[in-house]
Amino acid sequence: MIRKRRRPLTALEIVRYIVLIPILAFFLAPIVWLFVTPFSSRPSLSISLGKPTLSNFVRVFQNKIALLAFRNSLIIAVGTVVLVTVAALLAAYVLSRKKFKGRDILLYVLILFSSVVTGVAAMVPLFMMNLKLGLIDKHLGVILTMSGGLLPTSVFILKDFIDSISITYEEAALVDGSTPLQVMFRIFLPLSSRGVIVIAMLTFVNAWSNFLVPFILLRSTTLYPISIAIYTFFTEIGVPDIGMISAYSLMYTLPVIVVYLIIEKRFGFSFYGGLKA
Amino acid sequence: MRGSAHHLIGKKTGILMLLPSLVLIGTFLVFPAIWVLYMGMTNETLTGIRAANPQFVGLQNFVRIFKDRFFYNALKISLLFVFGSAIVGQAGLGMTLSVITYRKSKKFRSFVQAVVILAWIIPEVVVAYLWVAFLDKDFGTLNNVLHWLGFEKINWFYDYPVLSIILFNTWRGTAFSMLLFSAALETIPPSYLEAADVMNVSPWRKFKDIILPNIKSYIFTDLILITLWTFNVFSPYLLTHGGPSFKTELLPIYIYRNAFRYFKIGYGSAISAVVLGINLALALVYLRLSGRGARK
Repeated sequence: MIRKRRRPLTALEIVRYIVLIPILAFFLAPIVWLFVTPFSSRPSLSISLGKPTLSNFVRVFQNKIALLAFRNSLIIAVGTVVLVTVAALLAAYVLSRKKFKGRDILLYVLILFSSVVTGVAAMVPLFMMNLKLGLIDKHLGVILTMSGGLLPTSVFILKDFIDSISITYEEAALVDGSTPLQVMFRIFLPLSSRGVIVIAMLTFVNAWSNFLVPFILLRSTTLYPISIAIYTFFTEIGVPDIGMISAYSLMYTLPVIVVYLIIEKRFGFSFYGGLKA
Repeated sequence: MRGSAHHLIGKKTGILMLLPSLVLIGTFLVFPAIWVLYMGMTNETLTGIRAANPQFVGLQNFVRIFKDRFFYNALKISLLFVFGSAIVGQAGLGMTLSVITYRKSKKFRSFVQAVVILAWIIPEVVVAYLWVAFLDKDFGTLNNVLHWLGFEKINWFYDYPVLSIILFNTWRGTAFSMLLFSAALETIPPSYLEAADVMNVSPWRKFKDIILPNIKSYIFTDLILITLWTFNVFSPYLLTHGGPSFKTELLPIYIYRNAFRYFKIGYGSAISAVVLGINLALALVYLRLSGRGARK
């Protein structure tokens, strides 16, 4: 009996791996280049290490645009994180703790617009909006535009999170004679820190990785974030400097991987499905 | 329900706290979406006389869109792209991977998922470089492997441009469907499949008669979301710039070319409005579905 049941199972296992291995190879193959070429002494589009070297990274650090872009990406990402996190937390608190007329409709409309107004189609009016506000070719324009897009989902996720925190702590503190401001800072903020951290990290990754918004809104090379500056690396003979591009790509990607590892370790993955898009 | 915390924040404070979000979302999300409809009815450009003094032209732009063969070209390629990369590619692979890792050890599942998720989180421009390298005719990894296996090298971007961007976007986005389906599978009561195990039901019958019916609503949700997203994806532009000769000009690239290369803001806005309209239809279906399931 047992044998009879085991045999088809092993066949199934074989099928499983016959299907799985090519799929995994398909997902891994393009990525190998990212981890090999930056250290290659003969960087090219093919995967070859040659003699391992750090000279590609040295060239990145000698390039003024490359370093400026790191600073610019940080300014844009941190600016967006601060704006989105603070604004979303304030709004989410009210939306969670206060029941008012039209609250559900407001949430519905926010989510609807955030999923509809996306991509290049959204960039046409957003470009004109920035133009009219005098925000073209300014980091502030990029930060505000990204924040508008990221806020609805952030508010929504944070509201869900705050809903799960019992209101009794705040009530007890209030009864004990704390002022609302004290309640907010001493009681509520520590309780909600997990949700706030996740939103901050996801916003960082989104702003850091974004290509389209700065691509449309920025003009000056000195303002370019990494996602745009990476297209300015050419060798003396005018071909893309692959060694530098690959090293820069790896430096650009590492913070993203680190953030996702932290989120995965501490919070699990399902939490943020909505924000990565 | 409305304990004393209801008075934690007064009406005025509440409004003040909502204000930053509402102003930002209003200015950079809601208003532009409505404004684009109006701009689509003008002949505004970024340079020349019409830049200073755009005129209202009614529905002219919209009529022109539906006569523009480049619009139909872009629409056709976008539909192909969505069908190939989202519905067949991402949802198909996502389902395959989630079923393969279903009821397997956590270690095994985490490993498989990590590989697929990596492709999903790497920044857009880096991903574009990876695929330019991967599909390169002379040096690309894929052709090197083909060559090693004894096949001819293929000029992917030139001879199979649409297939190239479909493969690319399948690779890029499968993680979402995989994660969603994996979560969906966890909602099936284990006893269903254990009973089937005891009765020696074939794997295919288990999939068709137990798994599929139980996660149907998740599949539908997934298909709508990835259709919406894939429809608006711009990254293939970084691989092919819409070429060769418009063969990979998706709708977003078509918009980009008109609005930001030719500076035809009025016409570009009209196409944007059409695309946002399609997004709206998809989003409404999605919200209807998810509203019925999850929320109170």
